[in-house]
Parts: sequence; C-alpha cells; structure tokens
Amino acid sequence: MNKKFFIPLIAFAALAGLMLFGLSNDPKLIPSPFIGKPAPEFNLPRLDKPGETLSVDDMKGKVWILNLWASWCVSCRAEHRVLSDLIAKEKIPTVGLNYKDYGTEDYGDAAKQWLDTLGNPYYAVVIDKDGMAGIDWGVVGVPETFIMDKKGIVRYKFTGPVYQEAVDKTLIPLLEKLRKEEG
Amino acid sequence: MIPEIGHFALVLALSVALVQGVFPLWGSFTGKLQWISMARPAAFAQLFFLVISFACLLYAFVSDDFSVLYVASNSNTQMPTIFKVSALWGAHEGSLLLWAMVLAGWGAAVAFFGKGIPSLMLARVLSIMGLICVGFMLFMLMTSNPFERLVNIPLQGRQLNPLLQDIGLAIHPPLLYMGYVGMSVAFSFAMAAMMGGKLDAAWARWARPWTNFAWVCLTFGIALGSWWAYYELGWGGWWFWDPVENASLMPWIVGTALIHSLAVTEKRASFKVWTVLLAILAFSLSLLGTFLVRSGVLTSVHSFASDPARGLFILIFLLVVIGSSLLLFAFRAHKLKSTGTFSLISRESGLLVNNVILMVMAATVLLGTLYPLIIDALGSGKISVGPPYFNAIIVPLALVLFFVMGFGFYLRWKKDSIERVLRKTWIPLAAALLIALIVPWLMTSEFNIKTILGLFAGSWISLSALMWILSLGSSPFKLPLATWGSVIAHIGMAITVVGITVVSLYDSEKDVRLEQGQSYELAGYTYTFKNIESIKVDNYSANRATMDVSQNGKLITTVYPEKRDYGPGAMPMTEAGIDAGFTRDLFVALGEQLGNNAWSFRLYHKPFVRWIWLGGILMGLGGLLAAFDKRYRRVRRRSLQVSQRDTQSEQTTKPSSLSGASA
Repeated sequence: MNKKFFIPLIAFAALAGLMLFGLSNDPKLIPSPFIGKPAPEFNLPRLDKPGETLSVDDMKGKVWILNLWASWCVSCRAEHRVLSDLIAKEKIPTVGLNYKDYGTEDYGDAAKQWLDTLGNPYYAVVIDKDGMAGIDWGVVGVPETFIMDKKGIVRYKFTGPVYQEAVDKTLIPLLEKLRKEEG
Repeated sequence: MIPEIGHFALVLALSVALVQGVFPLWGSFTGKLQWISMARPAAFAQLFFLVISFACLLYAFVSDDFSVLYVASNSNTQMPTIFKVSALWGAHEGSLLLWAMVLAGWGAAVAFFGKGIPSLMLARVLSIMGLICVGFMLFMLMTSNPFERLVNIPLQGRQLNPLLQDIGLAIHPPLLYMGYVGMSVAFSFAMAAMMGGKLDAAWARWARPWTNFAWVCLTFGIALGSWWAYYELGWGGWWFWDPVENASLMPWIVGTALIHSLAVTEKRASFKVWTVLLAILAFSLSLLGTFLVRSGVLTSVHSFASDPARGLFILIFLLVVIGSSLLLFAFRAHKLKSTGTFSLISRESGLLVNNVILMVMAATVLLGTLYPLIIDALGSGKISVGPPYFNAIIVPLALVLFFVMGFGFYLRWKKDSIERVLRKTWIPLAAALLIALIVPWLMTSEFNIKTILGLFAGSWISLSALMWILSLGSSPFKLPLATWGSVIAHIGMAITVVGITVVSLYDSEKDVRLEQGQSYELAGYTYTFKNIESIKVDNYSANRATMDVSQNGKLITTVYPEKRDYGPGAMPMTEAGIDAGFTRDLFVALGEQLGNNAWSFRLYHKPFVRWIWLGGILMGLGGLLAAFDKRYRRVRRRSLQVSQRDTQSEQTTKPSSLSGASA
C-alpha cells in the first residue's frame, strides 16, 4: 500500500467537510470584522466627474451606502435595478466603487458604457482601478454593499447582489433606524 | 393515468437498477456465472422502463396535463410544441429524469457494443453504472418526483423561463447530459479495473472510444451553449465564467486530459494510476457540476435553506460516489503498475506536461467556481469571482499548453532528442512566428503582444498538425481515422484560439441613442435605424426594429433586433439582430425606448467570433472520427476469443484471491 494514493481521498474529504459546513451552518450568524468599525478611508478619482475626487470624509454626517461593482460582474447587472429602486425610493446617497474595471487594460471604459446603458443611480462613482481601496474594505468579491451611519461607522455589510426581499426586510428598516440616530 | 404509469415505470427501473447494481458485481467476486450474466439483460430492461417513464412525462407536457405539478409549473398551452418538449428538461425534476435515461442509454450501449469485453469486466462496469443510476432514481423519487399530482388543477400552467424558450436551448442540455453521463462509462471502467486489479492495453482500448464519445458530446454541448449565450443574452459575450458554464468546462478539461492519458496507457502501459484517477475525477466533476447547478447552490442564495432535504441528499450521494471511488483508489491503485519507462524528452513527457497543465486549469476553474460557496460557508452571501481571476490564470497556462502541443505531434514515444524534434519542427515554428508578426502588422499596423501570442499559438498548432500529417508519407486516405481525428481536433483548437484572440482584442461595441432614420458608424459600418413595429407570436409579443447596415454607402444587410415580452412575471428578453459572417459578426441589440421616436441600441462589431464555434465543431468532429477508428473494432473482435479464455481462467482459478483482496 502506498500512502500517496490516499491524497485524493483526503483532499476530497476536506472539500466534503467544507460543503457539509456550508449546509449546516447559518451563514448570517458570523459577523464581518468591519461592522462597528469606522469606515476605512479612501480618496479616489471620480468616474462621473473627471478631475474631481471623493473621500470617505466627504460623506460624514449622513447615512450612506457604498456599493462595489464592476462592468465585468454579472451579478452586479442583476442587482442594478433593485439597487436603483432602493436609492430612488429612500433618496439615500450611494457611492459606487468601481472595482478593478474602469481604466484597466482589459475593460477600458466599459464601466462608463455600463452606466450609460443601465442608468447611473449613484450619488458619486469612484474608481478603484488597482483594487487597493477594496483591500482596505475587506472585499471578498463583487458586488458588496456597505451601510454607514451618520458617524461614519460601518453598520451593515451585504455580500452578493441585493435582492428585493433583502431590501424590504433588512436594508430599508436599517436605513430608517440609522436616520433616527444622532449624528 | 399516464403520469402514474410513468411513476410506476420509474419505480420498476429503480428495482431493475438495484438488481443490476448488486448481483453482477457480487457474482463477479464469488464466481456465480448466472449472476454475472444478469448484467446485460438488466441494462436493457432498465433503459426500457426509463424510456417508458420519460415518454409518459413527455406525453403529459405535450398534452398540457396541468394536473401534474411539474408540467403546471414549467409549461403552458401558449408555448409551441418544441418548447413544451424542451420544457421537460427545463427544470430540476425533469432534467434528473433525462439524466437517468441517458445514463441507462449509455449502459445499454455498453452492454450492446461491449460483446468483446470479458464478461467479468463487463458485469462490473454495468453494475457500477446501475448503482449510479440507483442513486439518481432514489433522489428523484424521494425529493423531486416529476410525476407529482396537484389537487387543484390549474387551467393554465406557468411558463418555461423565456431564456430557455429557444431552439439552441432545446438541444443543448441533452447534449451536455450525454457528455456528463458518458463520463460515467470511463469511471465505471476505471472502477472495474481497480476491482480486478488489472489494467492493460486492452482495457484502455475499450475505454477510449467511450471516453471520446462523451468528450465529443461535451464539446458540442459547450459550443452550443456558448453560441446560445451569445445570441440570446444580448450582451455579445460568448463566455462569462458563470458557475453553470464552469460546471460543464471542468469535466471537459479533465476529459481532455483523460483522452491523452488513455493514449499513453494504451500505447506504452504507463500513466495507469493517473488515468484511473482522471477517470474518477472527470465523472466526479460531472456529478459535482450537475448538482451544484441543479440544486441551485451557486445560483441562488437560499437554495439549501429552501429545501434542505434535497441539499443533504445531494451531498450524501456525492460523498458515497466520489468517496467510495477514491477509497477504492487508495487501497487498490498500487496494483496498477505502470511498466513503460520513458526519458525526459519523449511523447510521454509531452503528454505529462499536457496533463499537468490541464489539471491546474481544472483546479483553477474549480476553485473559482467553489469560491463563492467557500465564502458562503464562512459567512456571507453570493459573490462573483469574475473573469479577471479566470483570465489571469487560464490564459498564460493555455499559452504554454499550446506551445507544447505543436511539438507533441513529432515527439517519439519513450525516447527522443531535442535536436531531432527541432529539425522536424523548425519550419512550422518559423512560419508561425512569421505569420504572428506580419499579419497583425499588415492589418492594424500596430504591435500588440497579445495578438502576436494568440496568432502564434493558432498558426503554430495548425501548421505543425498539417505538416505532421503530410510527413507521415502515406496517402491521406490510408491513414487511420484516429490520426485524422487528432489533426482535425487540434486544428479546431487552433481556430478557436484565433477566434478568441481576435474577438477579445478587436471587437468594438457602442451604446447609442437613435431616432428613426438616424445612423451611427462603428468599425467602418454604418447602422441606420429604419423603423420599429410591434409583433405578436404565440408565446410572446415583441418590438422589432429594422436596421440597415451599410459599408461605403453600399447596403450589406438588414437586421431585426427584438425586445420580447413573454407576459407577466417574466423578464423582457433581448433577441439580437445578427448578421453572421466568416470574418465578422454584426450584432445589434435593441434596448429601451427613449422618448417618442428614439430607442437605445447596442451595436457590436465582432471580428472572427464565428471561429470560436467553428473550432468547437472541428474539435467535436475530430473526437468523433477518432472514436470510430477501425482499431477499436478490430481489437474487439480479436479480443473476443482471447478474453473469453482470460475470463474463464480468472473465474476458475482466482475467485478466492479476488474476493480476499477486495475485503
């Protein structure tokens, strides 16, 4: 018997354990380390107003949303309408963080066309070309959506495309609660 | 009544599959000839009952029997018959039934054509296929019965997802399933070889054509799916690295590796353990892919929560199939000794490089596909890893693979020298370099390293393949089909590579707002928006625009992009207007109405995009030719006498040692 022939079995066991964990665990119970901490700072060029920049500091004093997106991300396309409706309905200032997309060699100005076609619901769109701001925000994938309170503390993180049920049941109640808090 | 017959036939098929899975296998270890000989009739009976079951469900769909829950939720009277038929496999339950039927079909085919295979081996192969089918049918009957009735019968059904109401999608899933399930044949052969503890050239020769067929089905299925995504989704893309696509790509990549590794096993009695592992992996990935996709684990955030029973069953089934095969591998693989040795520069080494690269690619895709699931397990929702990840890893790997591929044709088995190979290959190598440097310069008068690499890969592969077949000396009609198949498949790969390179680097797209009568120019073509009209077809209504495309003032074509509305509850669908050409596609997608007379359009110029699928077709044809090679049939006939002798001696002298070894 040769021990190396057990390697595939062991690798598969690890994979199976992972899937079992995913099946049995309620994912909502594990908090993100960024919740309750001040929003990580960035100061990035704007896509919608070339020449200008926007920093996290500019958003102080109000409840706001940061939404990570990219033109290459299929799920972002899926969430776009839901997100746009939310922004229009709640009149919530939302910063779109364009992640590793605009100005890169592969995608050029695809992000701009994306906004032109699908509509631009954002208060401002900033460009994170090399993904550095994304690292500071602990991004694991696109899309992700963060909600900040008036003090600039990250209060909620939504991973993956926002869908209508989550908006109605979680996001809107949270936004209303945060707006009532003192700045 | 008819659905009940279908249900009953399914239960009968399950019983037959149980018999097929247990007795021949048992008999093969205890030497009971009657039990061994049950394998073939059982395989035919199982197919028979599954065909009845399938036909009953089909009848329910075609006759709009909305008392069946599955029909009511996926079909309605408005749909054309062809889509009523394809609606059968449009959702979870029906596609499982199709899966099971195709699996039984492969089993019956092996039973029918496998007369030359020793009955011991055949019994084991068919038993394992029967056991897999047992799993599928149990899953269906316990958690996803397609024949479930409704108490309150609706007058009208819901409808098939409009995206799927398309001819491309009517044939694409069955083809893919043929491919996925076909991998079970190689898997079963590998399992049988490990049980018997013997794997020789004859084994590889039995397994090869089946693997080829499965691979061909996958190739055509993937190409068709990509083509469908291209014209139906309206984004002009042909590959999105979406979990569903990845699920079909992984078995394809591993299957490609398996085909090459089987060649070494047959010709040089080497790579045996590796071949067996690849056969297990290819089928495991097929299973994993189907289930990930079908269970909705990766496409919907709540799939497991919504039906935990289904998710759990899937997981247990995967654990049993993959776990038991890998367990068998762990204990028995050491018996499969590779006897062929080879030196560093040899065809074996070349194919080893091929296999390593393909496996890294498959692992990359697997990681990227499962990553959202991992993240999910660690505490968040659905995310998209995205094309940047896949492109960054797959493209450089592919370039190395293509570079080695060209030399592969000329490499000799066992031992070769670099000088000899270079002497043979310097002409295609130099010619390919020349083409790669000159052609882009002539066409675009700029210097783009990506274009050069892509064109070099494409021309290097095709030139070396062509020169190789010419250098074989004999008349092209006398060469074996396998040789032709190999050359055609590799040239297909080259054509796909060129298509991908050119369309990725030189396509242009533009979103424009056009009023009636207005024009826009893109990549030398003038697009003129003539008019727009409302039309009504059976299953949808649509706005259809008429757009003239001209070049240098001369009208080239008229395209009719549509925006279709499939009724309440369905997303509007884009049906692009496409003018297909050998060197370019003109692609127009209709957007939203912007004001009175104006509409938004997305215009694309897609150079060489057809080459991607043309290459896919050639690859499939190549695989098909190779599978029909005379060698496999001749050997089958010759091995008939030999193997019967083999079987008898194994049965009479070895039953005790066999069962002892497996314990």
